[in-house]
Amino acid sequence: MIERKLLLGDEAVALGAVHAGISGVYAYPGTPSTEITEYIQHHAPEVRSRWCTNEKTAMEAALGMSYAGKRALVCMKHVGMNVAADAFVNSAITGVNGGVVVLAADDPSMHSSQNEQDSRFYGKFAMIPILEPSTQQEAYDIMPYAFSLSEELKLPVLLRVVTRLAHSRAGVVVGERRTQNTLHLDNERTHWVLLPGNARRQYASLVDKQPALQASSEVSPYNKSVSSHHKATMGIIACGIAFNYVMENRPQEKGFPVLKISQYPMPETCIKELAGQCESLLIAEDGQPFVEEQIKSLLGSDYVVKGRLTGDLPRMGELTPDSVGVAMGVERTTTFADAQYVMPRPPALCQGCGHRDVYDALNKVAAEYKDARIFGDIGCYTLGALPPFRAIDSCVDMGASITMAKGAADAGAHPVIAVIGDSTFTHSGMTGLLDAINDHSPITVIISDNLTTAMTGGQDSAGTNKFEAICLGLGVEPEHLHVVVPLPKNMEEITNILRKEIEYQGVSVIIPRRECMQTLKRKVRQNRVKQS
Amino acid sequence: MKKDIILAGVGGQGILTIATIIGDAAAVAGLSLKQAEVHGMSQRGGDVQSNLRLSTEVIYSDLIKQGSADLIISMEPMEALRYVRYLNENGSIITSSHPFKNIPNYPNEEDIIAELQSLPHTVSLPIDDIAKANSLPKSANIILLGMAAKFIEILSPEQLRESIARVFAIKGEEVVKANLAAFDLGLAAVK
Repeated sequence: MIERKLLLGDEAVALGAVHAGISGVYAYPGTPSTEITEYIQHHAPEVRSRWCTNEKTAMEAALGMSYAGKRALVCMKHVGMNVAADAFVNSAITGVNGGVVVLAADDPSMHSSQNEQDSRFYGKFAMIPILEPSTQQEAYDIMPYAFSLSEELKLPVLLRVVTRLAHSRAGVVVGERRTQNTLHLDNERTHWVLLPGNARRQYASLVDKQPALQASSEVSPYNKSVSSHHKATMGIIACGIAFNYVMENRPQEKGFPVLKISQYPMPETCIKELAGQCESLLIAEDGQPFVEEQIKSLLGSDYVVKGRLTGDLPRMGELTPDSVGVAMGVERTTTFADAQYVMPRPPALCQGCGHRDVYDALNKVAAEYKDARIFGDIGCYTLGALPPFRAIDSCVDMGASITMAKGAADAGAHPVIAVIGDSTFTHSGMTGLLDAINDHSPITVIISDNLTTAMTGGQDSAGTNKFEAICLGLGVEPEHLHVVVPLPKNMEEITNILRKEIEYQGVSVIIPRRECMQTLKRKVRQNRVKQS
Repeated sequence: MKKDIILAGVGGQGILTIATIIGDAAAVAGLSLKQAEVHGMSQRGGDVQSNLRLSTEVIYSDLIKQGSADLIISMEPMEALRYVRYLNENGSIITSSHPFKNIPNYPNEEDIIAELQSLPHTVSLPIDDIAKANSLPKSANIILLGMAAKFIEILSPEQLRESIARVFAIKGEEVVKANLAAFDLGLAAVK
């Protein structure tokens, strides 16, 4: 049955994957990718969808499902690709059995991220096909295509979306659901056992597949030309969502010829054809100048290529219909200047949040030392860097609080404290804690446990109810492991424990544990609805 | 016909609910629709906005161009001002006049209201007070939607009412009734 639904880009990806017959989705929450897995959890209970501990475990489990013959989707935000990279790159060497699509949600302009790395580089690095839908409809339609392509080429396929597609809603016409693959285990050990001898053969096979990838892009239904009836001096290459901004600015009567790219490796023949009709090309792509750089070498240094590298488009940040319009020579027509009485309004920790009490305690104790350093991590509690707390000295990547604290302690800094959330701890903090324990590093680790993955909206946290056991198992001494309830009334107890443990010349772990205000409120609301 | 609307507010004030209602009405009416939302970090008490585009024709960009928004609907007066660069020359601002002060350097309230009134088409009302006076404390955002209803044009107030009933149906009859009452209050408050 065909019907029309109003879907976020993320939801369109999710429903497209379900309709493509996936048997599992593997993911760790991360803005702007989270809603994909949530949609599958709520709408397709027969698909395996529980949250994974991190992106690497997600990628590997998906590969295992593929090995067993079934289709699997892996979802993560762009920086999650760094965590999954080992498994991701090697999955191109093993190849796949059941189709695998890896979705990377990039965040140009860093709305909720610490960098704006462009995941397309990972696809090229791994030498696999990359798909980049422009619209919610394409995000839905492209999923069955992506899984078929994966199974046809026996390679994982990378699907790249950006924040503005992931978090924008539009009407999507949806179709029929394909049945899931049956179990059919792969018997080719030489594909899967990547000893050097096998790996060399597999890599050669990957290299041999490259012309097929190229040929697929040249005829892809998702790479399309929009011709112009007028002689235009400039042609436009528009990748993914940039196509929308180009079309928004393109006057119908005298438009530029446009080549939309939504499948890579980039279609070189189509590009050369467009270049032949024009004197210059404008490259509109969200993220980094991935296509622009490649086109410069494809067309030679004499051909005029404009884009982010030439300053025709901003070097950083997401594209907008305004910036693309300027590059296309469209005049800006604003009536009103920016208002005078507007101040920035940064996000803040919720009122009543337990992290607030943790930072109050830490600030109090840290002030008693000349040079205390607090290494932070990724989550709501990163907001402790902002006023009124200004409590943390670093925030780099998932898990780096503990390991950076350890390194600083190794260098002689004292006192050093790490602050990490419960979900981030199981994601990437446990291994670092083991290093610190084995080295007997004098650090104090705060696992601020709010029983959820809060920043991304309250998903289940992999280690809930297991933290004391994990810490003891890794080798934290029982007398240096404390659980406290972060409330103002317990401030004296918490600060006293902190003072004592800072002076301990080994690893201490303090677990302030209190439920996230947001998940608590949601539960209360749900109970009320149930009762009424 | 097209309508480009910017919804503005502070995380948690309910602008995404307004977006959901207009979006539902547009979908039922068979209009083209794009609705870019803010999820993630900013939702923790930061400024949030949603670009809502409705049209009888195909819509390309998920984002509204500067100088082309027909309407700014805001749950907070300073947040309404944040987007005036996006407003077209005939564009209107429908806003709550009640400031939400969660930053230490919040500007002088009178200055904000004066700047809003200096713009050609501003409607501002103390929606929180209206909500409280009518025992509808949770429906301030729907009062605002009611105030904006006549300006949306591409959808009629009646189409929006029907959408409110659909969107809140899951929460029970009482909630639907309260929100319809809130909508009607807002609608009646603007000439």
